[in-house]
Amino acid sequence: MAAPFDLNDDSVVVIIGTGAGGGVLANELAQKGVGVVALEAGGRYLPQDYVNDEWESFGQLAWTDARTTSGDWRVAKDFSGLPAWIVKAVGGTTTHWAGASLRFQEHEWKAATTYGTVQGANLLDWPIDAAEMDPWYTLAEDKLGVTRTGDRPGLPGNNNYKVFEAGARALGYEQVSTGRMAINSDESRDRMMCQQTGFCFQGCKWGAKWSAAYTDIPEGEATGNLELRERAHVARILHDDTGKVTGVEYFDAEGNLQMQKARIVCVAGNTFESPRLLLNSASSMFPDGLANSSGQVGRNYMRHVTGSVYAVFDKPVRMWRGTTMAGIVQDEARHDTSRGFVGGYELETLSLGLPFMAAFLDPGAWGREFTTALDSYENMAGMWIVGEDMPQETNRVTINSDVTDQWGLSVANVHFDDHPNDIAMRNHAYKQGQAIYEAVGATRTMPTPPYPSTHNLGTNRMSANARDGVVNRWGQTHDIANLFVSDGSQFTTGAAENPTLTIVALAIRQADHIAREMAAQNI
Amino acid sequence: MMSDTASPKGLTRRQLLSRATAAGASFVVGAGFLAAPDAAWAMETVALKPETMATLIQMARDIYPHDKVGDEYYVVAVKGYDNADAAQGIEAGIAALNAAAQGKGHANYLSVGWERDRVAILRGMQDSPFFQQIRGNLVTGLYNQKAVWPIFGYEGSSFEMGGYLERGFDDINWL
Ligand SMILES: Cc1cc2nc3c(=O)[nH]c(=O)nc-3n(C[C@H](O)[C@H](O)[C@H](O)COP(=O)(O)OP(=O)(O)OC[C@H]3O[C@@H](n4cnc5c(N)ncnc54)[C@H](O)[C@@H]3O)c2cc1C
Ligand code: SF4
Repeated sequence: MAAPFDLNDDSVVVIIGTGAGGGVLANELAQKGVGVVALEAGGRYLPQDYVNDEWESFGQLAWTDARTTSGDWRVAKDFSGLPAWIVKAVGGTTTHWAGASLRFQEHEWKAATTYGTVQGANLLDWPIDAAEMDPWYTLAEDKLGVTRTGDRPGLPGNNNYKVFEAGARALGYEQVSTGRMAINSDESRDRMMCQQTGFCFQGCKWGAKWSAAYTDIPEGEATGNLELRERAHVARILHDDTGKVTGVEYFDAEGNLQMQKARIVCVAGNTFESPRLLLNSASSMFPDGLANSSGQVGRNYMRHVTGSVYAVFDKPVRMWRGTTMAGIVQDEARHDTSRGFVGGYELETLSLGLPFMAAFLDPGAWGREFTTALDSYENMAGMWIVGEDMPQETNRVTINSDVTDQWGLSVANVHFDDHPNDIAMRNHAYKQGQAIYEAVGATRTMPTPPYPSTHNLGTNRMSANARDGVVNRWGQTHDIANLFVSDGSQFTTGAAENPTLTIVALAIRQADHIAREMAAQNI
Repeated sequence: MMSDTASPKGLTRRQLLSRATAAGASFVVGAGFLAAPDAAWAMETVALKPETMATLIQMARDIYPHDKVGDEYYVVAVKGYDNADAAQGIEAGIAALNAAAQGKGHANYLSVGWERDRVAILRGMQDSPFFQQIRGNLVTGLYNQKAVWPIFGYEGSSFEMGGYLERGFDDINWL
């Protein structure tokens, strides 16, 4: 067995972060015989450790290191220190995720061409397209065991879905199903069948849902080519005077600063931490941060047009029973400007437990208008909006040097203002979502504001041309050949779909490319 | 917090009530303790004046009123303020609340008979750090008490019972 690797071993690929992007990349490279050191800021938690308790689970898994916020989005007011709800743990946010696994639609790879000029939006076409991604998507669907792809059956619908489906059909929607989910609907692969526990957001205690924490990462470790160091927080990426990266500095579990050499460094810390790391690695050679000759590092932050609709009925629904997000209406995902906006959105079932519902239904609200809604918690159904938002140059992650984290490192500030297209889309989706529930007798509907971001994209975007973005079609930075970006921050545009299947497909494809280029001695 | 059998300093329910005076309609207070008017529950206070704690409990209910949820859960939600570190700020905040009530012609906050009128007083101070502190902490202090979940029908952890696969994940029957 090769792993563990020496700190001075400069033949390894260092991967920073082990979520959807980094965790998959680590396994894929290890399977190809490439030596990998994966550095993960969080600890290792497995199904036996997860808890069916919203706040306790949040305390166990969520990223709560300091961040700051600005901009007109409501999150900056309601959750100023928590712009995103994401995870700090081995496996990253794939422990929390709900498993909705959708491919981009063909036109979404070409947003600039399809949508034309949208004022204030920094739209760009991806340098790759649906045809090129098709085989990688298939590999990703097989890896994740996505229902309704291959020969995998769909999940059964729970109470929340049944209300949603009946309302959607009454409205004339046709593309209504329990969706494509990375959740086992039967006993196949090594994972159990979904037991309808209803705590998908808290880590699946049955391992029915795919998470890198208990699939790709142990598979990679079993090859002997992957060493994962947990509680290892990368502070800086180092380079030599030819401008190639040479390794990383990180704080180990004991808080000691270590230096790991590397042949290649892949950044996969999610959309806030990845640009933060590139910017915090500024040097006299790269005063604006690594890979930032375009000035685009940190810019074009996207979080999807989101929001929820909850509805109260005169009879019980008990939406919390069963899968959290197995239900979708896709009719509105099309691009159709007659609705008053470009791009489209999905409607997906969603349930929160009572503690999170109290925190997120209408943050800051109080009094009977609020509490009578909670009084009807048992009779509530819920859905989530996920639509394409516009990349804007001014929506960005910057370094806030006034605030430092527990390592003394300057933190990320996240600035976000809604684009008018985002607002028009959200309002349309609220109206349709409310109509769905009213069609099945809702006595009250509530258009609920966006939560701290769960989908975080775009801050190191992919571009054909080096002046428009940070990485090329392989996720390789335009400026530094042996520095890659491997997470959702590569996204050129966000599309209407939940992002993780695409992050995974890109990681599988990137592993293939890196292994090939290493073998050819090109990097 | 105590039940009716174990009251402060070993008093019986009748003795306890004989040493207390009414504070608003919902509470009685005595030296170092407060209780429900029927002594269904009672609590001793350490750092806060009992009247202050009673007012705080009423304020908590007025912020998040649930008629199905008994005072004892609001007591649990705010009793963490009854300590030397927090007391000064809470006493000052409640004093301001009483002053606001007096400004509207009432003796103090607890003496305001209608929730509507108490809420109007709270609206006038809802941007104050004191109000925001109380409201913010209540979100978890009240709704994250496992004991209140059944009142709302929420079933909590389900893993140990095998999830809902065989226990009604799709049992809706009125659609
Ligand atoms: C509640 C919830 C539900 C979701 N549901 C869905 C869904 O149904 N479908 C879907 O497609 N997506 C869903 N998502 C989104 C999905 O989880 C993310 O898109 C995906 O995990 C992002 O992958 P990533 O690799 O970019 O980052 P992550 O998975 O977040 O991984 C990043 C990792 O990097 C680590 N890290 C960061 N900085 C450093 C550093 N300096 N040093 C070392 N390590 C570092 C972090 O600790 C983390 O483990 C959901 C997210 C949440 C929160
Ligand atoms: S509902 Fe299914 S996928 Fe979700 S946590 Fe429970 S068993 Fe896992």
